[in-house]
Amino acid sequence: MTAYLLRRLLLMLPVAFLVTVGVFMLIRLSPGDPALIVLGEDRSPQAIAQIHQELGLDKPLYAQYLIWLDHIVRGDWGRSITTHQPVAIAITERLPATLELGIIALLWSLLVAIPLGTIAAVRRGSLADQVATGITVAGVSIPNFFIGIVLIFVLSVSLRLFPFGGYVPFFQDPLESLRHVALPAIALGTAGAAINMRFTRSSMIEVLNQDYIRTARAKGASWRRVVFGHALKNALIPVVTIVGLQIGGIIEGAVVTETVFTWPGVGRLAVESIFNRDYTVVQGIVLLAAFSYMIANLLVDLAYAWLDPRISYA
Amino acid sequence: MSNAPAIVAAQEPIVSTPVAILELVRGHRRITAAFALVALLFLVAILSPVISPHDPLAVRPDDSYLPPLSPGHALGTDELGRDLLSRVLWGARVSLPVAFVAVAVGLFAGGLIGLVSGYAGGIADLLLMRLVDALLAFPGLILAIAIVAALGPGLRNAMIAIGIVAVPVYARLVRAVVLQLKQMEFIAAARALGASPMRVVVRHLIPNLLNPIIVQVSLSAGFAILAEATLSFLGLGAQLPTPDWGQMINSGASFLANDPWLAIVPGAAISITVFSFNLLGDSLRDALDPRLRS
Repeated sequence: MTAYLLRRLLLMLPVAFLVTVGVFMLIRLSPGDPALIVLGEDRSPQAIAQIHQELGLDKPLYAQYLIWLDHIVRGDWGRSITTHQPVAIAITERLPATLELGIIALLWSLLVAIPLGTIAAVRRGSLADQVATGITVAGVSIPNFFIGIVLIFVLSVSLRLFPFGGYVPFFQDPLESLRHVALPAIALGTAGAAINMRFTRSSMIEVLNQDYIRTARAKGASWRRVVFGHALKNALIPVVTIVGLQIGGIIEGAVVTETVFTWPGVGRLAVESIFNRDYTVVQGIVLLAAFSYMIANLLVDLAYAWLDPRISYA
Repeated sequence: MSNAPAIVAAQEPIVSTPVAILELVRGHRRITAAFALVALLFLVAILSPVISPHDPLAVRPDDSYLPPLSPGHALGTDELGRDLLSRVLWGARVSLPVAFVAVAVGLFAGGLIGLVSGYAGGIADLLLMRLVDALLAFPGLILAIAIVAALGPGLRNAMIAIGIVAVPVYARLVRAVVLQLKQMEFIAAARALGASPMRVVVRHLIPNLLNPIIVQVSLSAGFAILAEATLSFLGLGAQLPTPDWGQMINSGASFLANDPWLAIVPGAAISITVFSFNLLGDSLRDALDPRLRS
């Protein structure tokens, strides 16, 4: 396991290098002088000269990259053009709202997916299975911003069951926080629920066909005990993979949902920053999203090896 | 938003000739239904100038906010009095070509990377696959947004961005199939008979790649339409007054309390379109995957 971890970390290095090159090129690809992009409105010759010196714009591209990487590694992710706030702080301030939304959305998706996926697998070919499969395809086909808008219209505007917009931190008022996060979490988690349901179903079908399930049944174990006591535990191993990747992709999903629900998280910050041409903030968020995704991938692989001892990575 | 590769043929030996897609369409009810839905969508996109009852850009302030089933406006009108049915029909003309150009970009670039990587192997494979890994390290939508942020908002840049997101999917898919095909006897025989690498690729590899690529194109088209709508919804894709579905939901969302159909109609159009492509991709995958066929 340790050797596998080390090998995975070693393989991550070139990928991490290419990711940082890609993010670095983000500003360089944009038309115009990067100094003008970084400065925004404040374009005095002194300021331009200072940025040229800071970013090493008079130096070759590889040297500029090394200077930028040096700043990133030391935690200096630059300053926002619009608010002049350090990018790392701007992101950290918004992160709790995004994490809360992402975690609740994930819990919602699992709450729906595991029971429905299990029922669909146990009653394979039945009407319930067909309905569940239909929901799966529909769930990944309906844009989450559209689900959000329909939820706002039905549950917030028409029935007034849930508030629209506004974020209450969980530890400030847990109940009120859940009321505010419910609609965005449902909108964000629906596609995940559909994918998780598909995984649960196919994995459960595979497990239910195993010999040890037949043995358990032959020994007189009830169907309920076989499904929940024996099969489900093993069937959920592949689901861990996809759930892990969904955790890594929280920022991605949050971009649209946070915009629809005016949720003050990292996703909305990304969209606002694009419109303000606040490239340093966009750069920071893209870097964070890519690295959380890479780390989630690594953790998923490790969890997979740990959960299923049959898997060998020698 | 999922853009996962559908490596359907890489698990089992591949048939020497691709399964005729038309035969599959005739033989499977689910594929027939999905294929009919997709064909209908293309027909709508092609015929929208003829079948649209009104000019989708014509502004008529006197007719604004007409509800669905109003005389002369089956789906109602928007805040500027533009006919919603005409805008939705013309929207297909924007979404479908954008999706297909994006998929073509991904297929061409990713397919080329996968072919070279799988066929040449060695250092080329190692370097190209690290590049693909780096692209896969970015969540799809974040990568698309980052590219549009760098290049500037607009449909053309959205197409490029979505295409780039699709590149690693095709690269991985094509590489996996090529690696498997390389071990097969008919490829070894062609080489032994003196076929040049180009001939092996064009005459033997590409025909065998068609089945998994067709499945992936259907799934990627669904993803591309969803991604284009998302970028346009965020204001990064199609710009006003283009009748684009994502952009229409964006403007319709402001009138949700009194005129919900302004957002619901284009939302339904996107959902039906993506559903059709996903259904087609899923059904083709089920029919072509040897493990599921039994």
